[in-house]
Amino acid sequence: MRYAIQKKGDSRSFPPGDIFLAGTVAADDADVALYLGLPPVADLRKKAVLVELTTECLAEHVDEADAASTNVLGFARYRNGEDAPSKLVELVRLPVTEAAAVDAAKAVFEAAGFTVVVCADQPGRILDRLLRPKYNAALRFLDEGLATAQDMDTTCKLGLGYPDGPIERVTRGGLRHHHDVTRALFETYGTAAYAPPRLAVAAAKRGAR
Amino acid sequence: MSTAIKTVGVCGAAGTMGAGIAIVAARSGFNVVCYDTAEAPLAKTVKQTEGFFQKSVERGKMTEADRDAVLARFERTTDIVRLAACDLVIEAVFENLEVKRNLLAQLAAVCRPDTIFGSNTSTLSITEIASGCPHPERVVGMHFCLPAQLMKLVEMSPGILTSDAVFKAAWDWTLACGQIPVQTQDKPGFILNALLVPFNNDAIRAIEAGVADAKGIDTAIKVGLGYKMGPLELIDLIGLDTQVRLCEAFYPITLDPRAACPPLLRRMVAAGLLGRKSGRGFYTYDGNAMFGA
Ligand SMILES: NC(=O)c1ccc[n+]([C@@H]2O[C@H](COP(=O)([O-])OP(=O)(O)OC[C@H]3O[C@@H](n4cnc5c(N)ncnc54)[C@H](O)[C@@H]3O)[C@@H](O)[C@H]2O)c1
Repeated sequence: MRYAIQKKGDSRSFPPGDIFLAGTVAADDADVALYLGLPPVADLRKKAVLVELTTECLAEHVDEADAASTNVLGFARYRNGEDAPSKLVELVRLPVTEAAAVDAAKAVFEAAGFTVVVCADQPGRILDRLLRPKYNAALRFLDEGLATAQDMDTTCKLGLGYPDGPIERVTRGGLRHHHDVTRALFETYGTAAYAPPRLAVAAAKRGAR
Repeated sequence: MSTAIKTVGVCGAAGTMGAGIAIVAARSGFNVVCYDTAEAPLAKTVKQTEGFFQKSVERGKMTEADRDAVLARFERTTDIVRLAACDLVIEAVFENLEVKRNLLAQLAAVCRPDTIFGSNTSTLSITEIASGCPHPERVVGMHFCLPAQLMKLVEMSPGILTSDAVFKAAWDWTLACGQIPVQTQDKPGFILNALLVPFNNDAIRAIEAGVADAKGIDTAIKVGLGYKMGPLELIDLIGLDTQVRLCEAFYPITLDPRAACPPLLRRMVAAGLLGRKSGRGFYTYDGNAMFGA
């Protein structure tokens, strides 16, 4: 499956030098079009049109009820803040998305060695939806004196076999980044679990990472 | 790490956690008095414990002489009075406040005034459990993980009235056993369950909300974060009914909406889908093999 990348600025999924960027072909030769940092252009001749998402929903780019959107999908390669991107690609489908478009998108990413999971077009997709409330809880526990950061991390590593604990992970990724993601989710979901905790707000206001 | 503790009592020693905690203590050189309410389950635990140490011998982790020495350190009893000489008594009886409070009152009557009482509770308050004891300053939370004989972590929590000296003595004992203690306040779920139970519920709610299926969610977590297991696989392992019980223990106290039991979880339990133990939960199992979502 040949793909063509249209790109503006740096992509979170594929930072400069990422080998995936080098695989691009000319737009006319491609089966699949990828838009990184740019709004997608509807093109039903392509097997799939893919839009890189950050905190926004795919429906902010295309009308999810429009027949011209049947081959459009969103995607994000999971990345913990400033950490290197992972091998996971969350592929976002709309109610109108056709199975063939999903298959084409999966084929592009899987051929490049990624693991693809398909999810609905909901804020935070799978991972930010699940992880941000957990990091928020851990940061609040820290403020409340439940345990030290080290003991919280040790507990998760020894008790659950995690490779890293929540505090070390969210701090390594950058508290400001966490703030920006969880604030966007809070604005959409409106539930306290997503409200940015004090440490993240402070980091954002300070302009720290 | 040095400790003044020599003899350790385990209450509920025929149970899952009690049997494991007794192994931890005995293999670290402590005499262990294993107490439970009935002979038969205690006798069954003897066999399991012997089997555990026999495997250690077969794997070259200990000699036969060491095994015999460890096994000789176990005493089993259904008579609570036999705990009188213990320096530390750890309770791992049913997760019920009244049962634990009554047990502590009995222990206080039997044991020396300086005996330390550890509670392995997962969901109850150490301070509330200690209120069953005329010496609440002697009670400390010691939350081992399942399986206790393999897991190093112990969450240690002082109740409001726990004395610093008692906490330190219990802490030093866990170190002497080669365990890794962490200190946490006496709050619902301590650290582990306070983070895990709502997270697991959120994963169930993501299914309810149609975000993705169990396999998609677990794959995202495993590949994205490097976890060994996804949350739905983990719930299948611990049991969906156990997850309901955890929600029921935490939500009324914390009123944290994330701790509330997701309706899908309740429906699955009602349908008999309890996870691995019933053959089907978020996945279907054949023996130990997983079929997929
Ligand atoms: N199973 C787990 O995953 C796990 C993990 C960490 C902590 N815990 C905690 O450990 C404790 C025990 O859990 P379990 O899963 O081992 O339970 P279990 O049902 O396997 O064992 C409980 C044992 O306590 C005995 N018992 C009950 N009342 C007693 C009494 N008054 N005196 C002496 N023995 C008595 C029972 O006969 C039984 O053998 C609970 O507080 C639980 O919350 C459990």
